Amino acid sequence: MGAEMKLNENRTSSFGLSDMESPASKAPAIYLDYQATTPTDPRVVDVMLPFFSEKFGNPHSTAHVYGWQASDAVEAARAEIAGLIGAEPREIVFTSGATESNNLAVKGLAGFYGDEKNHIITVKSEHKCVLETCRMLERDGFDVSYITPDENGLIKADDVAELIQERTLLVSVMAVNNEIGVIQPIAEIGALCREKGVFFHSDCAQAFGKIPLDVKVMNIDLMSISAHKAYGPMGIGALYVRRRPRVRLKPLFDGGGQERGMRSGTLPAPLVVGFGEAARIAGEVMQPENARFEKLQQLFLSTLDETGVDYNINGDMKHRFSGNLNLSFAGVNGETLMASLHGLALSSGSACTSAAVEPSYVLKSIGLSDDLAAASVRIGFGRFSKDDEIVRAAKEIGSVAMKLQHAGE
Amino acid sequence: MKSVLYLDHNATTAVKPSVADAVTEAMGVVGNASSVHGPGRAVRRIIENARDKIAVAVNARPERVIFTASGTEANNMALQNRTGERVLVSAVEHPSVRNVVDHDVITVDGQGRAKVDGLSEKLLELDKPALVSVMLANNETGVIQPVKDIVRIAKSSGAMVHCDAVQGFGKMDVNMVDLGVDMLTLSAHKIGGPQGVGALVLAPGVEIKPLIKGGGQEHRLRAGTENVPGIAGFGEAAALAARELAEFAKLARLRDQLEEEIYRIAGIKAYGKDALRIVNTSYLSMPGVSAETQTMAFDLEGIAVSSGSACSSGKVETSHVLKAMGVPDAGASSAVRVSLGWTTTQQDIERFTSVWKSIYNRLGQQQNSARDLAEAV
Repeated sequence: MGAEMKLNENRTSSFGLSDMESPASKAPAIYLDYQATTPTDPRVVDVMLPFFSEKFGNPHSTAHVYGWQASDAVEAARAEIAGLIGAEPREIVFTSGATESNNLAVKGLAGFYGDEKNHIITVKSEHKCVLETCRMLERDGFDVSYITPDENGLIKADDVAELIQERTLLVSVMAVNNEIGVIQPIAEIGALCREKGVFFHSDCAQAFGKIPLDVKVMNIDLMSISAHKAYGPMGIGALYVRRRPRVRLKPLFDGGGQERGMRSGTLPAPLVVGFGEAARIAGEVMQPENARFEKLQQLFLSTLDETGVDYNINGDMKHRFSGNLNLSFAGVNGETLMASLHGLALSSGSACTSAAVEPSYVLKSIGLSDDLAAASVRIGFGRFSKDDEIVRAAKEIGSVAMKLQHAGE
Repeated sequence: MKSVLYLDHNATTAVKPSVADAVTEAMGVVGNASSVHGPGRAVRRIIENARDKIAVAVNARPERVIFTASGTEANNMALQNRTGERVLVSAVEHPSVRNVVDHDVITVDGQGRAKVDGLSEKLLELDKPALVSVMLANNETGVIQPVKDIVRIAKSSGAMVHCDAVQGFGKMDVNMVDLGVDMLTLSAHKIGGPQGVGALVLAPGVEIKPLIKGGGQEHRLRAGTENVPGIAGFGEAAALAARELAEFAKLARLRDQLEEEIYRIAGIKAYGKDALRIVNTSYLSMPGVSAETQTMAFDLEGIAVSSGSACSSGKVETSHVLKAMGVPDAGASSAVRVSLGWTTTQQDIERFTSVWKSIYNRLGQQQNSARDLAEAV
């Protein structure tokens, strides 16, 4: 904890977190949007920098030391990432991010096995890129079953079991939801899929580096992960692709045949190296960090209670990543709420959709009305969040929401 | 590492200092560009500034610059999903163009230039709309393709033209309006920008389908959280490259000096020498010495060169480019690409040619005399 605080101070001075200014005040905004993206850990930045300048080689250059140096670093990072999820290094395929990984997993599987099986099972609260890809496949003749989660945002393995048919190719269920933070019963669903001979893909963009994951224990065949949600750099992610039993994919694009033919294109060595370092750090700090987040979560809620505001927590609190809260304030206009909050960087829903002011489909999938979904905020905290920031944020949100609730009466 | 002489700039080139600064600075700014809060908007500004710089560098409209993760992805985007179109591709294209869809081949001449003759007839024969894909400059030979001629012919029969400008950008003037192409592929790390970012640039009115679906980023054409530091570095590199084109052109003198020296030593001419080439590339055979042996020998002498393009395999394959140019196997299997960059000096050229000479004298001659001996027997 002490080390983390020190790191935070470091970061503020050398990386200008304090430069972030909210539109309405000159004070630095409190960053509460850790599910949209996390700050790059300064230790990650440090290991990346040499690979831009003196160690700049193309990792696929096989004829000289610049290439070997870059390639060795890429392989070390691959091993680090594989280690964190119980995989073999050669089961890791680097991509540009979790969106690409999700596209590659779902489309790639459909492209390879689509002639034999054409039914997919997923959940209404999955990330947009999984749902959009499924919709595209529906237009190509696939059948997709969308499970509705319960009012706490969870599904059960039985929900999946009921839907599995002879022609079911894939079950795709995310580990941690990006909006409401709930953790789905991945191990149970994995065991079921293995027993039924159905491929199991899990979008672990929000779970990687945050909660323990093990592809063997959880029987996961394909796992999407991202660096920038886990204090690594933007622009890099990976897809875990099981080798035994073998999972085969049709690549999204062709070219030089890098990444065992599954993903062509020059691997960005600095980003891969940063991803590896982020994984190494995550393995080290995951346990103490989660304990700290639980305290921050409680601190936020107890401070909010003190303001006397009326609120609901969206999503199960027991099966939840502790760096997330999602709150609804009944009787409050969502847009007014967001506009009235000063000095806070947070999101009203998933970042991808927040440019268009639409009520969150995730919140609607767990039964919230349009109005209540619109009157919701996502609060994400993480490695560089401080106690006093959490208290200040809870007071601001609580008092503003209460004022609006009273004004509406 | 300091003493290693890097002459493989077409594979990738060192990030320029001001680019490294832009990347580092952007890594310190937290926020997802799709978020509407202050930090999100700050990140959005970084992206849009970079987009403007790239648009200016190639004379396109900013809103028509689509960021991707690589040139490979941009090429795939241009060629995939074009249902119902016939595709014509030059024989010397990068694998990320050649391996994407079924296509007809535009052959090249002995200098590696795409043949314009007969293209018009070929296009008129097709009963469907067509897409022609021709690169601006070849990654192995550096030969500049007759893109404007091809555009003229393609347009007269209603075909679209995609141009992979990954190796041309930053090494010659790239003006999308002047070229007249409909789609243009760019990559950051070949021009002193960071690895992991590229772009597909579209002419006004050109429509395309996304390869990667999800959030609404990049006008719904490329989902996924933007690689902000990468994009910031790309913007800076593009602005620099455009500004420093005259400086880069001076490499022609060093490249010519290198080639004259090799010619003097062994009577060897670079492939594509009689065609227009980008100024930094020289593709040379060393008679009797395989490319693999050469790159190993150069490596022992602390010089980094490559046998053709840097791709996945590690397995040594004969260059499809040289094959298309009609180069015999003996020549193709002994060809090594030398590519100069912004760090290359006069001394580097002298060091390279002197090492080339010593390897040639040691291995080239030996093999020649062994062969002479065998022939004498």
